[in-house]
Amino acid sequence: MEFYRSHVLVCGGTPCVLEGCKGVRDALIAEVKRRGLDREVKVVETGCLGPCDLGPVIVVYPEGTLYQKVRVSDVPEIVEQHLLKGRVVTRLVGEAPQAGVVKYEEPTYLGVQERIVLRNCGVIDPESIEEYIARDGYRALAKCLTEMKPADVIEAVKKSGLVGRGGAAFPTGLKWSFTAKADADQKYILCNADEGEPGTFKDRLILEGDPHSILEGMAIAGYAVGADKGFIYVRGEYVLSIERLGKAIEQAKALGLLGSNIFGSGFSFDVEIRKGAGAYVCGEETGLIESIEGKRGEPRIKPPYPGTEGLYGKPTVVNNVETIANIPPILLNGPDWFRKFGTERCPGTKVFTLTGDINNKGLIEVPMGITLRRVIYEIGGGIPGGREFKMAQTGGTSGGCLPKELLDVPMDYFTLPEHGSALGSGALLIMDASHCIVDIAECFMRFFEHESCGKCTPCREGTARLHEIVAKIARGEGKPGDLELLDELGSVMQVSSLCGLGQAAPVPIKTMLKYFRDEFEAHINDRLCPTGTCGI
Amino acid sequence: MAMVTIDGRKVEVDAGTTILNAAKKLGIDIPTLCHHPDLAVQAVCRICVVEIEGQKLLQPACAFPVQDGMVVYTNTPRVRQARKVNLELLLARHPQDCLQCVRNRSCELQALAERFGMREIRFEHKLRGLPEDHSTPAIVREPDKCILCRRCVSMCHDVQAAGVLFPSRRGADTVVTPVFGRGLDEVACALCGQCIHACPVGAISERDDTERVWQALADPNKHVVVQTAPATRVSIGEEMGLPPGQIITGKLVAALRRLGFDKVMDTDFTADLTIIEEGNEFLKRLKEGGVLPMITSCSPGWIKFGEHFYPDLLKHISTCKSPQQMFGALVKTYYARKAGIDPKDIFSVSLMPCTAKKYEADRPEMCDSGYKDVDVVLTSRELGRMLREAGIRFEDLPEEEHDDPMGISTGAAAIFGATGGVMEAALRTVYEVATGSELPKIDFEEVRGLKGIKEAQVKVGDLDVRVAVAHGLGNAKKILDLLREGKANYHFIEIMCCPGGCVGGGGQPIPTTMEIRGIRGNALYEADRGLPYRKSHENPAIKQIYAEFLGEPLGEVSHHLLHTHYTPRQKYPSVAKAVCGEAAG
Ligand SMILES: Cc1cc2nc3c(=O)[nH]c(=O)nc-3n(C[C@H](O)[C@H](O)[C@H](O)COP(=O)(O)O)c2cc1C
Ligand code: SF4
Ligand code: SF4
Ligand code: SF4
Ligand code: SF4
Ligand code: FES
Ligand code: FES
Repeated sequence: MEFYRSHVLVCGGTPCVLEGCKGVRDALIAEVKRRGLDREVKVVETGCLGPCDLGPVIVVYPEGTLYQKVRVSDVPEIVEQHLLKGRVVTRLVGEAPQAGVVKYEEPTYLGVQERIVLRNCGVIDPESIEEYIARDGYRALAKCLTEMKPADVIEAVKKSGLVGRGGAAFPTGLKWSFTAKADADQKYILCNADEGEPGTFKDRLILEGDPHSILEGMAIAGYAVGADKGFIYVRGEYVLSIERLGKAIEQAKALGLLGSNIFGSGFSFDVEIRKGAGAYVCGEETGLIESIEGKRGEPRIKPPYPGTEGLYGKPTVVNNVETIANIPPILLNGPDWFRKFGTERCPGTKVFTLTGDINNKGLIEVPMGITLRRVIYEIGGGIPGGREFKMAQTGGTSGGCLPKELLDVPMDYFTLPEHGSALGSGALLIMDASHCIVDIAECFMRFFEHESCGKCTPCREGTARLHEIVAKIARGEGKPGDLELLDELGSVMQVSSLCGLGQAAPVPIKTMLKYFRDEFEAHINDRLCPTGTCGI
Repeated sequence: MAMVTIDGRKVEVDAGTTILNAAKKLGIDIPTLCHHPDLAVQAVCRICVVEIEGQKLLQPACAFPVQDGMVVYTNTPRVRQARKVNLELLLARHPQDCLQCVRNRSCELQALAERFGMREIRFEHKLRGLPEDHSTPAIVREPDKCILCRRCVSMCHDVQAAGVLFPSRRGADTVVTPVFGRGLDEVACALCGQCIHACPVGAISERDDTERVWQALADPNKHVVVQTAPATRVSIGEEMGLPPGQIITGKLVAALRRLGFDKVMDTDFTADLTIIEEGNEFLKRLKEGGVLPMITSCSPGWIKFGEHFYPDLLKHISTCKSPQQMFGALVKTYYARKAGIDPKDIFSVSLMPCTAKKYEADRPEMCDSGYKDVDVVLTSRELGRMLREAGIRFEDLPEEEHDDPMGISTGAAAIFGATGGVMEAALRTVYEVATGSELPKIDFEEVRGLKGIKEAQVKVGDLDVRVAVAHGLGNAKKILDLLREGKANYHFIEIMCCPGGCVGGGGQPIPTTMEIRGIRGNALYEADRGLPYRKSHENPAIKQIYAEFLGEPLGEVSHHLLHTHYTPRQKYPSVAKAVCGEAAG
């Protein structure tokens, strides 16, 4: 066992890679070695550290100093000052990351008069239940408990056409009805706030900006299915979310909006917070359940589905934060109101974290079915330097790649899959034409190799092999047949992996192979990078 | 009931049956790897995937329940491609050392590679490079061969309750290992070897001691004596190509003589002796108000498990050594004296169904003869290897008899190899010794069979003796937990470490499934019925050894040679390597 005095974590998340973190990493390793510190200081590459729009991001431990927008030219100073002399380089230390909601003129661009999910974010003081109540907070819950039967609540959610925003797009009302039907002495509502996708922080901002909407939505779900207990599984790094949720729970309990016999209706509901174990796969609903139960965070085989056998073997609804945030407005305003937004097949809005090569970075809420072109050029303010769009990526797991061929396709959960892509849960990462596709592919595949839980063969071995083959192509060591092998392996992973991680891992590489095959071929056949950017 | 269509043919099965079992009814053999008929569903290898009409994803046949009207295809191009690529992925990380591998020709991975005609592996051949575990005298782990099917994990946790093996780390770095990557000697492993039976490949195996036996056999100065355990006479046939359940006692004796053993004697003899000692110990505890219930002690895997997990209950365990160790102590004293051989020249080998017996023989206290009582323990599988290497063919062998003076045994000893057998043998003797009258019915059916925990009541004189029998450590745990809570209302408990008893021991031929355990056990009961003596106390050789050497049951000599003590152990023991003659660590 070797011991290191310091560890330098260099973010290897996709957004940081696009900002050039690999060069920073290589420079750090070289500089640490040149200064003879390589036995004391270890440079490690990690997954997304969170503040993606400030990349490349590095953190020096044990101090935990976070440096942002680090350039190769900053490296000697960091090594000299911080690692050698122990002095923090203050000019590179940023504020704690606080991305905001992109401000845009809603009526002009979208024809949307109100936001649904982000209705309160940035508008109310999230630590004040009074302000939440002043904006119709807890009215939907009151309406459900006093005027509606549980079956009516489920019917309303079904009618609204709401589908899950966590990635899999399962109809929420239908999901609830399974749990409602299940006969059990105990049922649970789980709010999935693990948000492990690199470059995504929509759920965090909802929790930080409007925690009561989640408590209210969960209580409504509990009433609808007959559950009196809820858990919010929050990514461990989301310290502020956890703090605000904790406060919100206390406030709601103090006012009798959580706890026993809410509104004198005889319905009781309690919520507890659980901190995430850190692995991406713990966001998968059954992995999350295992993790709450204190086991190794690994997905379970389905069936049985959580709806009938979930947490501690009891019927359990698992919903994403954004899905739940939609619930109070739907119940308050009715399903027909909700269906006015978005498309016929996929009503409502979608919240994205807009990052990458885009002028306006941050959180946006847009109607389902908006085209990527409008997102980039109308809301996002276009690509910096007027460079050409290359592709967008819609999220680590369930997402896919959107090349320019899909710029005008309506973005919703059902249309994109028809084009071999997917909407995913939250990230919208824009890449301009200066990036090498093989480089990007390698970065994605590294992420999946790192995040595979190792349980099933196709994903455990397949993610490693996808990465291995792509990495070889990136190094100029690709050989004929590689692309066919990637395609074949990807197909097998998609259909035979145990959980959504392995099933979705090949989607990016398969779409890239479909739309940018010539770029891969140039790397293999001519040992040449058409964009001239990667290290080949 | 559900009507399903598989590959165009209809079959009716119970709703919830797996596709795998439904297909079996139609004679369709879907390939599997992480599936084991006796163990929890894993569904991780993804070799058994099939196509279901209306579903985009393929589903694992071993786990997916059928529904009425379901239409399944088990042999489409998509299915074949998925199976082959998944197999290819496994092989690309696998040593492929079949020629040097202990599981050559009994390996499920190898059989699949053959079945799928794998001729090319397109991924770079990359091993994980993990260290092997040779830390115990019983079990060897070669994690590089592990295909992460987790069958051993289920066996070790769900069936054996030792909970020693875990999946650890993530992604392509995943390993199945004892906690913190320790050796098996540093955890509470019973060394039962059941994980070997769970393992489809050569990642877990017995320590091979055949070379030491070959050397002894070749040494003109060594007098090599072998004892044959009860359960081996119904299993060695499988090593030689016979179906399970053949009673091959006579041929086994002949085969061992042909290998060159100087004397072939029988553990069954000391099994009878165990019954005399243990039966008397039980009666003594009853009479003198000793610690009850008394628990049998002949299963060393159970003993080690008990020492780690129930150190507070050790006083319940009979002080009798196992039949193997009684034999070992006697062969270098009683037999040596009778045969006029210097005990230091005797090399004592035992043929056992068990891996834990290798460990037992190495326990520092097992040297009461003044020498190491048992020099080498061979499992059934190791003997199979020696017989095949020597070119011995069972079909050509005559039936021969065990050698004296420790060769005669009874039916009571034969059934020692099956769960409930020790209890039944003990009851046959205890009853007659205590009451002085003959048993009206000698067969105790209630304690036979594969039910996890069996109970019975037997009237012995005025007393209703309540007994319980547990096999497999998971079942043992249930009874021991009751005992700890003061709720085990029994006088006498039999515990055997391995499911089915020793017939299902960790050293038995591969495969050993619940079905095969049952078949072997039944063969032992058949052997019992065919023997002239069926009660231990009627064995003339037993009467002779008490008259000539031991004196009386629980007497001075017995106390010294045939009884032992136990050592409380921790769940995460530090390793103390004591050798013969030193105090136990
Ligand atoms: C590898 C993996 C990671 C996931 N991570 C998340 C996550 O962080 N948050 C989330 O809400 N859903 C995540 N999901 C989806 C969940 O399994 C589940 O479908 C979702 O929480 C259901 O909520 P919804 O119906 O409201 O979308 C993930 C799925 C997979 C396969
Ligand atoms: S698909 Fe990947 S993450 Fe999911 S169970 Fe299999 S190995 Fe684990
Ligand atoms: S485990 Fe099986 S496949 Fe692997 S080397 Fe041994 S026999 Fe061959
Ligand atoms: S020998 Fe028994 S206790 Fe030890 S690891 Fe194997 S199954 Fe578990
Ligand atoms: S050791 Fe054997 S049984 Fe255990 S996981 Fe590995 S291959 Fe499977
Ligand atoms: S902080 Fe680097 S990718 Fe998110
Ligand atoms: S045998 Fe079904 S997944 Fe392994």
